[in-house]
Amino acid sequence: MRQIPWEVMLILLPLAGAMACFLLPRRTLLLGLITALGVVVCVAGLGWLMLEQGAQRYAVGGWGAPLGIDLYADGLSLLMLMMTALVGLGVSVYSIGYFERRQAALFWPLWLLLWSALNALFLSADIFNLYVTLELLGLAAVALVALAGSANALTAAMRYLLVNMLASLCYLLGVALLYHNFGSVDIAILAQRVEPSPAVWAAMGLMSAGLLLKSALFPLHFWLPPAHSSAPAPVSALLSALVVKASFYILLRLWLEIFPPAGAALGQLFGVLGAAAVLWGGIQALRQTRLKLLIAYSTVAQLGYLFLAFPLGSTLAWKGSLYLLLSHALAKAAMFMAAGNILHFCGHDRITDLDRVAQRLPVTMTAFALAGVSIVGLPPSGGFIGKWMLLEAALRDGQWWWVVTLILGGLLAAAYIFKVIGYAFTQAGMLRQTSKVPMTMEWAALALALAALLLGLVALWPLSLMEIGLPFGGESGG
Amino acid sequence: MSTVLLYALTGTGLFTLGLYALIVHAHLLRKILAINVMGSGVFLVLVALGGRTSGAVPDPVPHAMVITGIVVAVSATALALALLLRVQAATGRAELTEESRE
Repeated sequence: MRQIPWEVMLILLPLAGAMACFLLPRRTLLLGLITALGVVVCVAGLGWLMLEQGAQRYAVGGWGAPLGIDLYADGLSLLMLMMTALVGLGVSVYSIGYFERRQAALFWPLWLLLWSALNALFLSADIFNLYVTLELLGLAAVALVALAGSANALTAAMRYLLVNMLASLCYLLGVALLYHNFGSVDIAILAQRVEPSPAVWAAMGLMSAGLLLKSALFPLHFWLPPAHSSAPAPVSALLSALVVKASFYILLRLWLEIFPPAGAALGQLFGVLGAAAVLWGGIQALRQTRLKLLIAYSTVAQLGYLFLAFPLGSTLAWKGSLYLLLSHALAKAAMFMAAGNILHFCGHDRITDLDRVAQRLPVTMTAFALAGVSIVGLPPSGGFIGKWMLLEAALRDGQWWWVVTLILGGLLAAAYIFKVIGYAFTQAGMLRQTSKVPMTMEWAALALALAALLLGLVALWPLSLMEIGLPFGGESGG
Repeated sequence: MSTVLLYALTGTGLFTLGLYALIVHAHLLRKILAINVMGSGVFLVLVALGGRTSGAVPDPVPHAMVITGIVVAVSATALALALLLRVQAATGRAELTEESRE
């Protein structure tokens, strides 16, 4: 038995931190930052352990799978945890400058609860536990959106909550059907017992529908742009970078482990919807006049790419999709932070009135541009590697039409990113009052944007982490 | 067997009814109630299916799941009701209005 159960620490530490921040609102900043650093150390510890010993299964309380709760970590979980830790650290530093004291006392407990829910979700080994963590995540996320307090934010939060509850119930009904038919909720046990039957099809449909609603796949994305754009900037970054990825992660897990033989037709449907999301999201982003809404629609488009792996289904495609997910998380968090800086600086986020922010906020605009490189998918960014892998998988499989989508999506992304950068260099009609942006906010955005770029340069390292526990099947896919 | 099936079908019926009400009604309180009806439907299905094991003793695991589910539903409803009051205070209406453009 090993000494430190990193998995349990990853869930309990942010939970304890959240309670402490809630009880001691005066010390919230210090407590929050200590917790954030602690979680990063725990992820590093788990990563180190897994490099040496491979995938980890931990039975909480020593009860074991059929009765107790298991925590399971393989390469896929580890990368999601690392992504969360990296973005989480960036957002934590960013929020030091962003929130004033009273709001910070509300932000920190909720953010740490969200972090705890995310870690628990990525470590869960059974589908009922995933339901519980999904609900925890949803409740914390809704409260964070409402933090902005404006009428728009409150309405968006309410819509978000209703969507979340509906999606969770669909998912739970699916869990009920699977449990009834196969007598277990453990993913590994289900993977052995599941065989195609009408009940499995119904469960698969219900669970997929719930998770697609939460992952905002076109045409179920209607709730995302208002919620993500009206929240405070650090919260927008968290929602776009991490929260939507959580439900995608569950879908990926179910698809890879429980439903492998059954889903060819459904996979094609996901691919078509993903392609529609890429195009529709891109066009809508191009039409927006407000920066935060543009970035939110860009999220809709980028989420579409992730679903292109479903019709391909090869190891290479899954890896490409995961790579795109990781780099999008870093880049989009940086982008929302940069937008937050611009909003703070100018007092508005109308794209046509950006008025030379490139000269006046050089660090922020650099962060925005570098994040844009990854979003568009230009080399040498992480987005480029992910797209390249998807492209190669599509060509290998002879499904060339996905390649067309990838290229068109890239062009649209380039158009809306350059639109913003162009206005950032030109002078607007009238001059306005501006306010100073704290250093931490500018550099946190730049650090995450650089990390997204770096992901393209050190591609071999995350790709080798993906091999731990072989979450994407045994075949080696270049 | 047939009673259990009756319960399960009632549960599915409640789920569908709730979904219908959620889509049709504009007032937020009705939407929240509709989601609670849907939740009760899911819980009924879970409990009913738990009674379908071969022995005389029903399977306890779904019961534990339903208790967890009820806790989650209560907290989510509490949050929804609190948000409802704030939305009404901010916009004057207890409905999901379209985004107002500044």
